[in-house]
Amino acid sequence: MSAAKLVYKANQIATFFQSQSPDEAAAGVAAHINKFWEPRMRRQLADILRHDDNGLKPLVIEAAGDIHFPQTTS
Amino acid sequence: MKLIQEPDFGTPAVASEKTVTLTVDGFEVTVPEGTSIMRAAAEAGIAIPKLCATDLVKSFGSCRLCLVEIDGRRGTPSSCTTPAADGLVVHTQTDRLKKLRRGVMELYISDHPLDCLTCAANGDCELQDMAGAVGLRDVRYGYDGENHVKAKASDGTDNFRWMAKDETNPYFTYDPSKCIVCSRCVRACEEVQGTFALTIEGRGFESRVSPGAHESFLGSECVSCGACVQACPTGTLQEKSIIEIGQPEHSLVTTCAYCGVGCSFKAEMRGDELVRMLAYKDGKANHGHSCVKGRFAYGYANHGDRILNPMIREKTSDPWREVSWEEALSHVASEFRRLQYQHGRESIGVITSSRCTNEETFLVQKLARAVFGNNNTDTCARVCHSPTGYGLGQTFGTSAGTQDFDSVEQSDVILVIGANPTDGHPVFGSRLKKRIRQGAKLIVIDPRRIDLVRTPHVEAAHHLPLRPGTNVAVLTSLAHVIVTETLYDEAFIRERCDWDEFQDWAEFVSREENSPETVGALSGVDPEEIRGAARLYATGGNGAIYYGLGVTEHSQGSTTVMAIANLAMATGNLGRPGVGVNPLRGQNNVQGSCDMGSFPHEFPGYRHVSIDEVRESFEKIWGVSLNDEPGLRINNMLDAAVEGSFKGIYIQGEDILQSDPDTHHVAAGLAAMECVVVHDLFLNETANYAHVFLPGSTFLEKDGTFTNAERRINRVRKVMTPRAGYADWEVTQEIANAMGANWTYTHPSQIMAEIALTTPSFTGVTYELLDEKGSIQWPCNDKAPEGTPIMHVDGFVRGKGKFIRTEYVATDERTGPRFPLLLTTGRILSQYNVGAQTRRTANSVWHEEDRLEINPIDAEVRGVKDGDWVRIASRAGETSLRALITDRVVPGVVYTTFHHPSTQANVVTTDYSDWATSCPEYKVTAVQISPSNGQSDWQLEYEDQARRARRIASSVDAAE
Repeated sequence: MSAAKLVYKANQIATFFQSQSPDEAAAGVAAHINKFWEPRMRRQLADILRHDDNGLKPLVIEAAGDIHFPQTTS
Repeated sequence: MKLIQEPDFGTPAVASEKTVTLTVDGFEVTVPEGTSIMRAAAEAGIAIPKLCATDLVKSFGSCRLCLVEIDGRRGTPSSCTTPAADGLVVHTQTDRLKKLRRGVMELYISDHPLDCLTCAANGDCELQDMAGAVGLRDVRYGYDGENHVKAKASDGTDNFRWMAKDETNPYFTYDPSKCIVCSRCVRACEEVQGTFALTIEGRGFESRVSPGAHESFLGSECVSCGACVQACPTGTLQEKSIIEIGQPEHSLVTTCAYCGVGCSFKAEMRGDELVRMLAYKDGKANHGHSCVKGRFAYGYANHGDRILNPMIREKTSDPWREVSWEEALSHVASEFRRLQYQHGRESIGVITSSRCTNEETFLVQKLARAVFGNNNTDTCARVCHSPTGYGLGQTFGTSAGTQDFDSVEQSDVILVIGANPTDGHPVFGSRLKKRIRQGAKLIVIDPRRIDLVRTPHVEAAHHLPLRPGTNVAVLTSLAHVIVTETLYDEAFIRERCDWDEFQDWAEFVSREENSPETVGALSGVDPEEIRGAARLYATGGNGAIYYGLGVTEHSQGSTTVMAIANLAMATGNLGRPGVGVNPLRGQNNVQGSCDMGSFPHEFPGYRHVSIDEVRESFEKIWGVSLNDEPGLRINNMLDAAVEGSFKGIYIQGEDILQSDPDTHHVAAGLAAMECVVVHDLFLNETANYAHVFLPGSTFLEKDGTFTNAERRINRVRKVMTPRAGYADWEVTQEIANAMGANWTYTHPSQIMAEIALTTPSFTGVTYELLDEKGSIQWPCNDKAPEGTPIMHVDGFVRGKGKFIRTEYVATDERTGPRFPLLLTTGRILSQYNVGAQTRRTANSVWHEEDRLEINPIDAEVRGVKDGDWVRIASRAGETSLRALITDRVVPGVVYTTFHHPSTQANVVTTDYSDWATSCPEYKVTAVQISPSNGQSDWQLEYEDQARRARRIASSVDAAE
């Protein structure tokens, strides 16, 4: 998936959880991405997160700690 | 096997708890109060002669054949219109009745042709039967007098009473000379179908059945549902297939393979030739009704375009080469293994079909999980109802409609949003209209003035013609009114939902930004209409919501489903008949394909792949270890293909090139793969990019089950042998075995046994139980051994119902100076989805091409006239089609169907998608239209490419 598309999807998810209770917003984003994103997509997200100015919403960045990033290519 | 003959009790069943007992010909019968004497007699096994009565419609009392005598009462009342009462002593056969009946029959026959031997209804004619039943032996009147039978009078002059046969409808004929004016057809059209296309014109001897105002059937409002033909007691309305073939000799009950209503039909056969499909009265979804697709549009099964031999080719630019099944299957297996060896285990995947059976779908996802060793499985539900799965899963705890279709009979307020049941789900649409004619109120939320908004004897109390993309805003605004005017059901919420979550939600919806005034401005809906609709839904009695893809196919599709669930919970409209949240599923087995674990993140029964005990339960039975990571969704498979990490796909019964958004992107993804295997009936659009084609089997050629929109598991029964040699489940099994699995299913019932063994909501489902009950609604297990018509009765599946805030977020697909109009899409009655089936039937007489509906104001500004070619362009692409000027769409909105591949509607749609499920945003595309002189370059190029891609080596040699 193109990086721009992946950023767009992650931000869309963040937009939804942003509107929910603030205590659960970041956890909601992380859980959603862990549950529905295939490892390749999460790995690519990890790459994107390494760059500053990556276009990701703050909530995605806040959620990053709880996102399970696979280490190696299967 | 024999021909299934369903008893006709003459008048409809009556639901009454009070019973009455009467005596008919000396036999005591007890029936519900309000039952006719005719039906009471029929239940005692006594068939009173009748012609105008049938239990599909209300009694009419016109034929005067069903007369009876009742002790202590005068005269000879008609038994169909006389209610049974306690203590009645009824005689159905007396000298007086015999004489009267013979007299009536003699009059009927005196104006009816005596061509019984060559009549198509011979063997299935109630007039013939009744002449026999009453002992008619002579007709004294002759045919010289006035009659409707002969074209010429005896003196050679034209008989002005005679009317020629109307053969305009492609599926049935109307022969007025055989009509006995019993009105059964007229009443079926009114009461069952609700179209009111038929009437009786004239009076007395001049009375004739007439479509519309003396029009032809095809030229009238008739929707060709077949109810009139099924109701006709003579050969007056007759299926053309019966005329061509003759009467059937055996039949099997099976399930329609079109929409998610899941109608039951009798497939009536002569040998292995299908003679006709007749709606099955005992079908729990349709109760004997049908639509033009299920009843008539099965001709694709024998269409010349069917591919009957497997084919392979090295490059997609090569012509196809026909090969043996063995060669094709071993080629698929070796290619898939090669790709996994070279590019990794995750480099291949499958797409299951919502058109195939549960058993077939189960095997395809099992192929990915157990044989490929990954979870790369997805299904066409991705592009339709995946947000339903997510939204209802979050709020209620499971992805399922809450009601059965019968529930609508107890609804007082029906809210239809983003669905067009009279076109998309016609048999349910008819049931809905019937309830509205009985007095239920209707609210329609749709950008377009769909037929339901105003149609004979049906009118919506409120139509909210919102701008495409503003569903969440409008639904949240309905909630705003319900909360701020305290119309919610506090007792229900306190008992069944989390009260704190409700309060949080109530605070959210009460905000000014969700008020009808604010939302009215952005959605284009009159705030008073929002308030009126909210008040009606909350306070009008049993409120039921029905929705379709106009809800799900948006950037906020999942949020809209949650907003719907919130409304139903807030008003206590859940857990009993007449209420609920009802997703109308697009295809026959969308529900089933989701239930069967087609999605990449969950096993059958909606259980996430990361749950250890779930995985272990499958591992134990399948004998392999299973992947605990979610796999790729369709759109991600295509993305990964373009990037080079996804190389092979097995697609069973889905045409992603035509049905998925952003055609250019789909084509690029497919073109980047090394082994695309298409398993289908026809060389569909996707097959243009395929390397292997495996011929599929129709629903007539295999056993299995479909699960309809009400969670009803219906049997599909094989009525003929698979034309290409194998049922689809057998082909999947062969692929698995060629890749080293050792599957040994010999019948789909064994697959269902495995489903029951592994899936808690299916534990009790067996083919034996399905045969016994006719159908079962899941969950069916120890807690509900006979299935579950209505869900969440004593509590939600997830425990407490969850209110979720639904903040409106405008889609990024916006209008602007370059693309000032919004395009939205939908279906039409006569065609079905990508049209692969219906375009190959005579249904095309109703819809030969997709048209673009444009409001007169928008058309005039652009100089577009009705029927003109217009170019429609979006940020994604452009295509051309012909305009249809109509005020069904409001200014600023245009609409089209997507049944024809040449239209290429999805060249225009974008790749925006639902935030949660990636369900594409088909329903909102910013476009511009301008006059055009024909098809676009892309369309012409595409057609040329498609033609070349469909070449088959041997047949090309023979033909050219």
